[in-house]
Amino acid sequence: MNLDLLLLAAVDGLSYASLLFMIALGLTLICGVFGVINVAHGSFYAFGGYSAATVLAWLMPDDASVPLLVCALLCTAILVGGALGALLERGIMRRFQDRDPVLQLLVTFAVFMILENLQRMIWGSTPVNAGGLVGRMGTIELLGVTFMKYQLLLVPGIALASFFGLQCLLRYSITGRKLLAVIHHREVATALGIDAARMGLMTFALGGALGAVGGALSVPMTTFVPGVAADMVVTSFAVIATAGLGQITGALVASILIGQARALAVYTLPELEVVMPYLMMVLVLLIRPSGLFSVAEARRI
Amino acid sequence: MRHPAFSVGIGCASAALLAMAWIWPWTRMPVITFLCYGMAALGLSVLMRAGQVSFGHAMYALIAGYGAAFTVRTFPGTDALIALAAGVASAVIVGVVVAAFVSRYRGIFFGMLNLGISMVFYSLAGKLYTWTGGTDGLRLERPPLLGMALDRGGFEWGMTLLALLLALLLGWVVQRYFRSSAGQIAIAIRVNETRLEYIGLSARAAMIEAYVISSALVGIGGALLALAQGLMTPEGGYWLRSGEYVFIAILGGAGHAIGAFLGAAVFELILLVGAAYFTAIWQMVLGVTLLIVIFFAPSGLVGRFRQFRPGRAAEDQES
Repeated sequence: MNLDLLLLAAVDGLSYASLLFMIALGLTLICGVFGVINVAHGSFYAFGGYSAATVLAWLMPDDASVPLLVCALLCTAILVGGALGALLERGIMRRFQDRDPVLQLLVTFAVFMILENLQRMIWGSTPVNAGGLVGRMGTIELLGVTFMKYQLLLVPGIALASFFGLQCLLRYSITGRKLLAVIHHREVATALGIDAARMGLMTFALGGALGAVGGALSVPMTTFVPGVAADMVVTSFAVIATAGLGQITGALVASILIGQARALAVYTLPELEVVMPYLMMVLVLLIRPSGLFSVAEARRI
Repeated sequence: MRHPAFSVGIGCASAALLAMAWIWPWTRMPVITFLCYGMAALGLSVLMRAGQVSFGHAMYALIAGYGAAFTVRTFPGTDALIALAAGVASAVIVGVVVAAFVSRYRGIFFGMLNLGISMVFYSLAGKLYTWTGGTDGLRLERPPLLGMALDRGGFEWGMTLLALLLALLLGWVVQRYFRSSAGQIAIAIRVNETRLEYIGLSARAAMIEAYVISSALVGIGGALLALAQGLMTPEGGYWLRSGEYVFIAILGGAGHAIGAFLGAAVFELILLVGAAYFTAIWQMVLGVTLLIVIFFAPSGLVGRFRQFRPGRAAEDQES
């Protein structure tokens, strides 16, 4: 395998990892606060991607500038994802709050089925893509290999910005500290006067927005068809399980690991491409039963 | 529910199913599908009694289906029963190996690990074109049943009978297991595992046992369905299928073996009615049904039924 190919694989892996991270970030946040794996997260991703593609298709013919397009892409996704997330929490999750976590997981599965159907009703089953944006952003040369600017700069940039932004939010803002307290121990946090329900609503809105941005960023690079949500959500399950549930830095490391492993597999063993994330997850979980970055949990008798 | 009315009810329902399948041949495939889903969901409810939900059990349907398909294709003329046995045996072998390590995990990690392993099998089944036929799947010749070479209608009728017999038998066996001490230990895993260990019982052994039973049950459903359809595709092992099994098990309730079949009947009805009358929104109907069931009957149809019979409810309160 020559160096150019390795570089290509690394950049592919990087952009894939960034997308994966955006989606896993929302999922792991929700998981941290609610202790529930949100299957409907795949629908946030799909809705973000589809709506961004629709908006881009409106703007594209008017010869809009690239920054405007990118801005429109992000804003649409944040709005759609945030609204969906908030609606889901307010309308449904709150009513099942005290149920068994397994039942809550199934509630999100039910929501996923409903949203999947809605998505097919709104956008139909024709493939949707917004590749024009990638073309307009042009290319850049790195070590003699030509790359898409979109893939090399924009996507990883936004992923890193979200990571640092979220870390700052969690560490230095009051709301963020409250959120961390809820993640750490919901009951004690409530006893300290933190409105856990409001935090929950925020988390879902934020998680939804992150998932939708992930979708919006991938729609220029891949084609969206019905079923894309189901595929993406299980891959991001693999990421957060590898990372340890609720671990943000862990999610970053795990997405990079899984993204690079997948990109390497694409160039060397294409048969294993799809299997890679799950293989990694199974391997990690076998060695560290609750993920790479998990913290020890007290035993309750 | 050791009640004469219960046995009579089961008998009547079976007779009605058979009569329906005999009179309208087009109902045979839906009946077989319903019974196969019921058996698979029964496998999930075995695990659910231990408080564990697997989002990857469709892999055993996949493995058993391909096991049966390979048997039929490699040895033409093999009896359907032998192919079924071969399929189930392969699912059980994989189940034992997987159980050896997933039995340590609980809750979300148990579900995720199963999901991950099932996705490995699913992706491999889709990619290894030369062996599995890729996403087009494997077509299999109609095998003889009990030594008789049958035409399509006869074979489907035979498979309906076989599926019903197996469903009744397995339902009875699993209900016996639920009432046995091994089955009660599984409940204790959900209620309080630490206490279980303190009285000197191995939670891990109980988990392995429950897991292998569940993989066999899902395998039987999968292999039977593959043989009846004459086609095996990787779709049968996708995680959404596993989710459907969980859905059925929740819908029916894990309190009694009959729950899985009640759930499967409702599920199949929604699908059939949906396909006929509201093609565009059947998935939404499924989702809404699931929400309603979880909201109003978290322990499924069986749990709902038991609420009205307090005398009986006491013995399975924990389930």
